[in-house]
Amino acid sequence: MSATATAPAERPAAPARTPRARRRAHGWSLRAPLLPALIFTILVTQLPFLFTIFYSLRSWNLLRPDSGTFAGLDNYAYVLTDAQFLGAALNTVVITASCVLISMAVGIGLAMLLDRKFLGRGVVRTLLITPFLIIPVATALLWKTTMFDPVFGLLGFVLTPFGLGDVNWVSQYPVVSVVTALVWQWSPFMMLLVLAGLQSQSRDVVEAGQVDGANRWQMFTNVTLPHLRRYIELGVLLGSIYVVNTFDTIYMMTQGGPGTASSNLPFYIYQRTFLGFDIGQSAAMGVIVVIGTIVVATLALRLIFRTFMSDQEAKS
Amino acid sequence: MPRTKGRPGRFAALGALGAAVSLVSGCAGAGGVAAGGDGTTLVVAIVSNPQMEDAISLRSDFEEEYPGIDLRFVTLPENEARAKITTSIATGGGEFDAVMISNYETRMWAENGWLENLQPHIDATEGYDAGDFLQPIRESLSYRGDMYSVPFYGESSFLAYRKDLFDQAGLEMPADPTWAEVADLAAELHDPESGTAGICLRGLPGWGEVLAPFNSMLNTFGGRWYDQQWNAQLTSPEFRRTAEFYVNLVREHGQPGAANSGFGDCLTRYSQGNTAMFYDATAMVSTVEDPDSSKVAGKSGYAPAPVSETDYGGWLYTWSLAIPETSEHKDEAWRFLSWMTDKEYTEKVAEEYGWERVPPGNRISTFENPQYQDVASAYAEPMREGIADADPKDPGMRPVPYTGVQFLAIPEFQDLGTRVSQQLSAAVAGQISVDEALEQSQQYAQSVGDSYKETR
Amino acid sequence: MTATAPAPRTRPAAVPTPRPAPRRRRGSVGGTALTVLTWAIALVFVSPALWMVLTAFKTEGIAQTDPPTLLFQPTLDQFRNVVGADFMPYVGNSLIATLASTALVLVLGTPAAYALSIRPVKRTKDVLFFFISTKMLPLVAVVVPIYVAAAEVGMLDNIWTLVVLYTAMNLPIAVWMLRSFFLEVPAGVVEAAQMEGASLPRVLWSVMLPIMAPGVAATALICMIFSWNEFFFAVNLTASQAATVPVYLVGFITSEGLYWAQLAAAATLASLPIVVIGWMAQRQLVRGLSMGAVK
Repeated sequence: MSATATAPAERPAAPARTPRARRRAHGWSLRAPLLPALIFTILVTQLPFLFTIFYSLRSWNLLRPDSGTFAGLDNYAYVLTDAQFLGAALNTVVITASCVLISMAVGIGLAMLLDRKFLGRGVVRTLLITPFLIIPVATALLWKTTMFDPVFGLLGFVLTPFGLGDVNWVSQYPVVSVVTALVWQWSPFMMLLVLAGLQSQSRDVVEAGQVDGANRWQMFTNVTLPHLRRYIELGVLLGSIYVVNTFDTIYMMTQGGPGTASSNLPFYIYQRTFLGFDIGQSAAMGVIVVIGTIVVATLALRLIFRTFMSDQEAKS
Repeated sequence: MPRTKGRPGRFAALGALGAAVSLVSGCAGAGGVAAGGDGTTLVVAIVSNPQMEDAISLRSDFEEEYPGIDLRFVTLPENEARAKITTSIATGGGEFDAVMISNYETRMWAENGWLENLQPHIDATEGYDAGDFLQPIRESLSYRGDMYSVPFYGESSFLAYRKDLFDQAGLEMPADPTWAEVADLAAELHDPESGTAGICLRGLPGWGEVLAPFNSMLNTFGGRWYDQQWNAQLTSPEFRRTAEFYVNLVREHGQPGAANSGFGDCLTRYSQGNTAMFYDATAMVSTVEDPDSSKVAGKSGYAPAPVSETDYGGWLYTWSLAIPETSEHKDEAWRFLSWMTDKEYTEKVAEEYGWERVPPGNRISTFENPQYQDVASAYAEPMREGIADADPKDPGMRPVPYTGVQFLAIPEFQDLGTRVSQQLSAAVAGQISVDEALEQSQQYAQSVGDSYKETR
Repeated sequence: MTATAPAPRTRPAAVPTPRPAPRRRRGSVGGTALTVLTWAIALVFVSPALWMVLTAFKTEGIAQTDPPTLLFQPTLDQFRNVVGADFMPYVGNSLIATLASTALVLVLGTPAAYALSIRPVKRTKDVLFFFISTKMLPLVAVVVPIYVAAAEVGMLDNIWTLVVLYTAMNLPIAVWMLRSFFLEVPAGVVEAAQMEGASLPRVLWSVMLPIMAPGVAATALICMIFSWNEFFFAVNLTASQAATVPVYLVGFITSEGLYWAQLAAAATLASLPIVVIGWMAQRQLVRGLSMGAVK
């Protein structure tokens, strides 16, 4: 039960026991299969980034063919003082955090409901995972029109008795609207993960808890949640990775507006690139975002990796 | 990396990267499922306005005439189309053989060498009467006397209003309305209970969206973007007065959700009878007066663009077709361009869909056609006058260092206009105040203005 | 790295014993009430999707009414319009992009995941970390160089460009998932096969894969969902020849006034393949996703 594995059990297949020379040859034969994927990933994701860094040091506006001179760090200076860039960064954090956390809460709730036998359980689960499978572009458009439309939308109709019939959701509460569509899309994903966690919970523990006379809430907080912890962390990690890069929902739903009220970083940089055509500045933004992401990710990933990987792996 | 001049050199190393990528993919040849057959495939990028949709549905007519040429259309809403087309042209992407642009892009892009000179094609095409294009339109698409794009339709702006609603309310539209009068009328007619807004005005961000009506209003209110020394004037009293007037009008008596509605959305609302007035492009008539798509066909009156300090309040715009320099099928592309902008095309549309739906405002012969005069009596004159009276060289009351009526013909305007339009749109949505919007916009505009102070 | 685990956690045995059947904790009245509640919540939750499907069978006039119309004469017109309007080439492109990139991900990812599962590289963690971190790179930071490179070699608007990019996009998550499935395979099985002189590809193919089939299926499914739904590269790098299904839907952005029913029909058709596959493979989906947590 103790998590600090002082004497890690060696995996039988680990090449630790083979003689040194054999081990080296063996090591290479085992390393080779890794290379194609590694080279491919470096080629397609890292190499272009080097060019992004190069562009970020130039003054280059696509619409002025005479531009393209070395600009030093001018672009960075401009970007870091651009209030809208900082606003977009803030929006990214707000959208990602609220979407992931709310989705997780909804996901846990739905999973708890599904974690018992009842009539039509399969059907209900099938229904519930559907939002995750629908194309996000379609999800965003549908929410924007058939749900949020101030005149003909379903939401306005449903909320009319509560005096919220005439709210123009997308204009007045753009971030809330975007997060709503995202939560709808990601909750099933969280639900699936949590459900897997619930179903791997060993029966003995649950029964032991019941024998101890714990009530349902105590069971949930003292037994179930700790057991789910790694599943929840995985969901938060994967969810964050995808949600932080959200582009399609914002593109289809609000175009980052009104104004730049609902722009997140991917969308704002896209606009600077493909509507502003200022390649130098948008490249600089890209580089800044990547640096920021690396800082955040290093902290978050290390933390989470420590939890996920068995201790011996973490040590190697 | 050596600092070489010109695009190919600059991108050479990237080419190697691309080649590596295509090697990895193992298949650089096949373009996708839709790759054409034996003949030439022309890829055409156009804006999804109703007149363009008509052209697409008439494509079989073209393909019958030129059996070897296969057409593939990329149709997108205005903002998305601009982003895609501009990126492709400016980087030499080469995805398109024909693109829809406007009098904003044509001269600048011609100057950059990005567009095929169409004059030789025009001269070599018998019966393609370029002299028949309205003179202001033709001139706005010419660079050094040669046309670099040909107009599909031309437009100014005017005010459409519902005669039936005016009669019911006992109101009358003045012959040459001022904006103050229009605001009063909008207040009278605004009736959200019955689903009728007083007026529909664009609120969607995008320099070609909200800024078009806004800038035409700005000109007649005596405002300008820059003084002659490129000092931004977005916080000047005139600019502020215009912005406040526009935002208040649309917020108080405009359509619901205005911050998300552009030309297409307003067109739908007006055609569906949801607004009493509609100030926008004269090209609206092809939809508004078409009984198949409009509930208000024949019920509209048309007044010249409202004015304030000046006696002209309209704009000048044209959606035109050009051939990117990178196209490998320029001759075939010209055949398509000439087909879509020819007199015969106008007649084809009239025959197929009726004279209401012909692309208006590009050819004199259309205005002079008796059948067109018959159906267009209500709007042909205000449209033609609006186009004729626009003066891109001197758009407002006071001198400016740029040209263009509802846009500024400088490359940066695409970006600047987008950013300022976002601010205005946010003010329309009530997210920020007009003052906040203008403060922020002034900063953007000044940084662009500064670059002109330094270099020119 | 000192493992100071903050809270005692119950680490399930290598093969967790799934609970055979969740118990009924309540009397049948409470149970029925809970069942009804569950159903109600589920229906409310998916109502936007149900509404989409319903709207797809309406005419445009009925699609926009205040209050919304629930009962009407269903029509297939909207589906006919969509299928008639050049929709199929988009589906074809999406199929190529999805299937080819998924296949490529498996071909590249399986050996890599295998290698990582037996830890030949000293810094396994760093390699895994590298793979996952590439997922965090904002795509927008690399799209211009990719666009320019593709333009340079004439690969713009080419479906194989998307295949390459989707492969790179999905490889990290696939390697991670596949690795955890490999960890499930008893090491003795591999040892035994290698003793008999089987080559590595052979071991992978005939010994490991059969054991891992469900895991590979789960990985493939995840890759397919993300490829089919991908929008950013698709909208920026394609025009007409290689445009995928999500790009088709862009045309509906500003047509909000008129075309709700057709939009709903297009959205329904566009989502259908992945929804059906997802429904059929939901067990694998759960398993595949949770693997990363267990191993």
